[in-house]
Amino acid sequence: MEEIKYGWWLPPDISTHGWEIDRLIYIIHGVMLVLFVGWIFFYIDALIRFRARPGHKAQYKIDHFKLPKIAEVGVALFEAVLLIAFSFPVFYKVRNAEAMPARGEALEVRVIAEQFAWNFHYPGGDSLFGKTAPELVSAVNPVGLDVNDPAGKDDLVMINQFHIPVNKPVIAHLSSKDVIHSFFIPVMRVKQDVIPGMVVPTWFQAKQTGNFEISCAQLCGLGHYRMRGFFTVDSEEDFKKWFDENKPVPPAPEPAAGETETQPVVAVAQAAPAPAAVTTTEGLPGVDPGEPASAH
Amino acid sequence: MPTKTRSHEAHDLPFWRKYIFSTDHKVIGIQYAITGLLFLLFGFGLIMLIRWQLAYPAKPLPWIGHLFHQKTMIGGIMLPEFYNQLGAMHGTIMVFLGVVPLAVGGFGNFLVPLQIGAPDMAFPKLNMISYWVYFIGGVVMFASFFLPDGAAQSGWTSYAPLSIITTGQTAWLLGMVFLITSSLLGAVNFLTTIIQLRTEGLTFFRLPFFVWAQFVTSFLLLLAFPPLEAAAVFQLMDRLADTSFFMPSGLVVSGKVLEVSGGGNPILWQHLFWFLAHPEVYVLVLPAMGIVAEIIACNTRKPLYGYNSLVGSVLFIGFMSFIVWAHHMFLTNMGTKMSAFFQITTMIISIPSIIILTMLILSLWGGSIRFTVPMLFAAAFLPMFGIGGLTGLPLGLAASDIHLHDTYYVIGHFHYVVAPGTLFALFAGVYHWYPKATGRKLSEFLGKVHFWLSFPLINGIFMPMFLQGLAGVSRRLYDPNQFLHGQPIQPLNVFISYCAWGLALAQIPFIINFFGSLIWGKKVDANPWHATTLEWAAPSPPPHGNFLEPVTAYRDPYEYSVPGREKDFWPQHLED
Amino acid sequence: MRRPYRQNKMSSLIKHITKPHPITGVTNAKLGTWLFLASEVMLFGGLFSAYILLRLGSLNWPHGWELLNVPLATFNTMVLITSSVTMVLSWAAIAGGDLKKYRRFMGITILLGIVFLIAKSFEYAAKFGHHIYPKTNIFYAIYFTLTGLHGLHVFGGVLVNAYFLFPGLALWREEPVQFVNRVECAGLYWHFVDLVWIFLFPTLYLL
Repeated sequence: MEEIKYGWWLPPDISTHGWEIDRLIYIIHGVMLVLFVGWIFFYIDALIRFRARPGHKAQYKIDHFKLPKIAEVGVALFEAVLLIAFSFPVFYKVRNAEAMPARGEALEVRVIAEQFAWNFHYPGGDSLFGKTAPELVSAVNPVGLDVNDPAGKDDLVMINQFHIPVNKPVIAHLSSKDVIHSFFIPVMRVKQDVIPGMVVPTWFQAKQTGNFEISCAQLCGLGHYRMRGFFTVDSEEDFKKWFDENKPVPPAPEPAAGETETQPVVAVAQAAPAPAAVTTTEGLPGVDPGEPASAH
Repeated sequence: MPTKTRSHEAHDLPFWRKYIFSTDHKVIGIQYAITGLLFLLFGFGLIMLIRWQLAYPAKPLPWIGHLFHQKTMIGGIMLPEFYNQLGAMHGTIMVFLGVVPLAVGGFGNFLVPLQIGAPDMAFPKLNMISYWVYFIGGVVMFASFFLPDGAAQSGWTSYAPLSIITTGQTAWLLGMVFLITSSLLGAVNFLTTIIQLRTEGLTFFRLPFFVWAQFVTSFLLLLAFPPLEAAAVFQLMDRLADTSFFMPSGLVVSGKVLEVSGGGNPILWQHLFWFLAHPEVYVLVLPAMGIVAEIIACNTRKPLYGYNSLVGSVLFIGFMSFIVWAHHMFLTNMGTKMSAFFQITTMIISIPSIIILTMLILSLWGGSIRFTVPMLFAAAFLPMFGIGGLTGLPLGLAASDIHLHDTYYVIGHFHYVVAPGTLFALFAGVYHWYPKATGRKLSEFLGKVHFWLSFPLINGIFMPMFLQGLAGVSRRLYDPNQFLHGQPIQPLNVFISYCAWGLALAQIPFIINFFGSLIWGKKVDANPWHATTLEWAAPSPPPHGNFLEPVTAYRDPYEYSVPGREKDFWPQHLED
Repeated sequence: MRRPYRQNKMSSLIKHITKPHPITGVTNAKLGTWLFLASEVMLFGGLFSAYILLRLGSLNWPHGWELLNVPLATFNTMVLITSSVTMVLSWAAIAGGDLKKYRRFMGITILLGIVFLIAKSFEYAAKFGHHIYPKTNIFYAIYFTLTGLHGLHVFGGVLVNAYFLFPGLALWREEPVQFVNRVECAGLYWHFVDLVWIFLFPTLYLL
């Protein structure tokens, strides 16, 4: 794997959708530059041509310019094109639930941000996330995984180490334990605010292997500047190897009379849309944040 | 029933009633202006400190580092908490204690009654109260640095839950309540004055564009601030009464489950905050446009081009500014429909801004341009505001915003509008109206030094930020070297910092000029610039009551170079 | 001789203090009051919007009548509506020059405002007695905050009205027209405070 080279311009792009964002940025800047340069020429010309000097008088009324009206309409049309042809489709692709890759095709990961680290919760072979609860959070259990939940026995939880396989879509379910953070992977053109009380899904796919980084893009406190995650895109085999090397040894099962296999009954509910990152605590019976509708 | 306005002896009031607790709009305007300028200087000072840390992370601050308290710097090396405090307070102070008080409280208060031919504001006592409430708010904000836990450190945006669980925020919220109250009282005053107290013959469409700009600005202040006041109350309750307006359930902070009832919504804070804060940025820029318009008309010796378009655009901006706020929130799990709505409104609001810019530039065409110091600053405002406006485009489109959100690109964008934009316009206004307020002119030479140093340096500060943003460097980073993608572009931070320190030095000629000219500035008569609007009909400085005789407006505000007339200006108040 | 309203001769120069503007048809104070009320609409609008957002975002919002004292609040509603009526009567009285009647009705308005606040304090005390505070849950948080802010506005109105019943009455002797206008403006504010309650009551207690 080669080392990534950052520079003074846009970071390298290793994602499948990043080119569309970059294209929009280039188009806007190109047109902005042309507009501004043309405009500055006109401006400096006017400043020089109409400077006060002996014998030069100002004109009370000048002929109405047609160019500004044309320019206005042009700018409005340009903005409409940018919106409809470029911005709407890209945003739709990245944000809309229907545009997300199908459940079965993608690797799903839960990303739980905290002050000041990124926790990654992989579902393991059963593709089911184990239950989590805030009360269970501890230094050795940063996501509060319930060890008694059978669905969670093959889950992998890593701190600040995010591996994904190349050329495979990944759906990240983002949430936070404490304050608002923002999950930013520059080379993937991925940035999504991570809001406590919500689980925000976002998806991406890498087309190149390598070692990269994750940073936090929303002020989250004293350690905001060092909230760095290590992001690695592996080949399929390397990813499996990494996962197997790191997954936890399941604890010895509680001696339960006669049982050989626990039925993952509860697990079915866990596979439903929102992996429970947050459960209701005391307070009003049942008044909890729930899933804020995507209408927000 | 008043019979006539007359020069009105400041009837033997004691000093403290004449100059401290005055109800005269001119005194209050000057109070706002000087307090605003001092806060601008202080806010600028805060960023000087930040620029050291950004250029030379974790290196001791030379010369003055040891003067700082242990809680802020250890051995002259800045602590992250102090950095965050400096950042949050720089924004707060510049916006709420610096620019708006100077632009609206200072220029607005001083000029609006004069430009409409009125003897004072509609509610002089309310005006005085507005200033002192602002002053108290300013004291609270300033004093917050000296509280045991220091000042606010969650950004001027104070996003929850961070702002709820972090220190320094309560003082900020209390200060904001005072500042909001001051603005509301001021807005009521401005609107009533403009609507009710225009002098004989001064119809709305004969108003100087500056008054139109202040009119719309006051509507924005009146209607947009209250939701933030509500939000501030909610946040105070969350901090002091343990409520959970903005605190969702299940929070775990530093390994411990937070003992709150939960059920709240952090995004609620963002909506309420940005509902104000977006119109607030138009509050920052509209008075500046008004000032630039006045100075361009006067220094091109011809009427403004497209007055009706200017008025229509500024009214449209005022209206639109209430429905774009969530473009600050594109990345908060917003659905595509809602983001489409806000992208569309954001694109639409760029149109009237472009129209205003275009009208002002076209106003140069056919003119006879005098490059006085006010004109230099006003001329610089136009392209600077242009850059600021253009760079808003990639931010206003949600797709490109994905990469640029919360990066230095945003900082570059808004600073271009506010710093070489509004601030230059405010400087232009100071140079232009100082003779009216004091009876003396500022030194042209010092003014030109001030301009020609400030202009390149301020561009040196903010232009590189666009590159930093494109490279993905995030805002509010205490140490920009911790993320790999920021390391190669770090030399730009050094360059920017030197430009910033240079810019600080470049303000010295201005400070010397401002205070020195009170003593040695050339004395002037009522109309040293040969301008047409009504404020120039009053003596310099105007007495209590403003005009020696009641004024009537006989014509449009910018009758310069009217054909067939001997002089190249025809003041609004002269019958013939 | 102390003349608090003539200390600043400026008031004789500023137009439309007593005589309405020919085009807008209002005096300065009245326009200023309407503008201020517009900002108050935005304030309570912000509060109500927050209520809506929080309620929509919750799974299990309780019904107001299950948790709050509806009879007491209904009584308070009647009190406030009545006080609006007496406020109008007091203004009509002073506009017609009847000082005694003005005093009586303004006094009743103030008293009714105080009754409202006392009833409110009983309501709060009962909650606190049961260890129910704003921090108990989000419903109570918004209930206490909304009614608390409204209560503060009622209190402010009571102070303003009391001013116009006692020290402020000095203006009636010198500038009767201006005084009547001021009472009208105070009335506008008082009606607004009443109107807010008329929205608040069903929203919090009945829905």
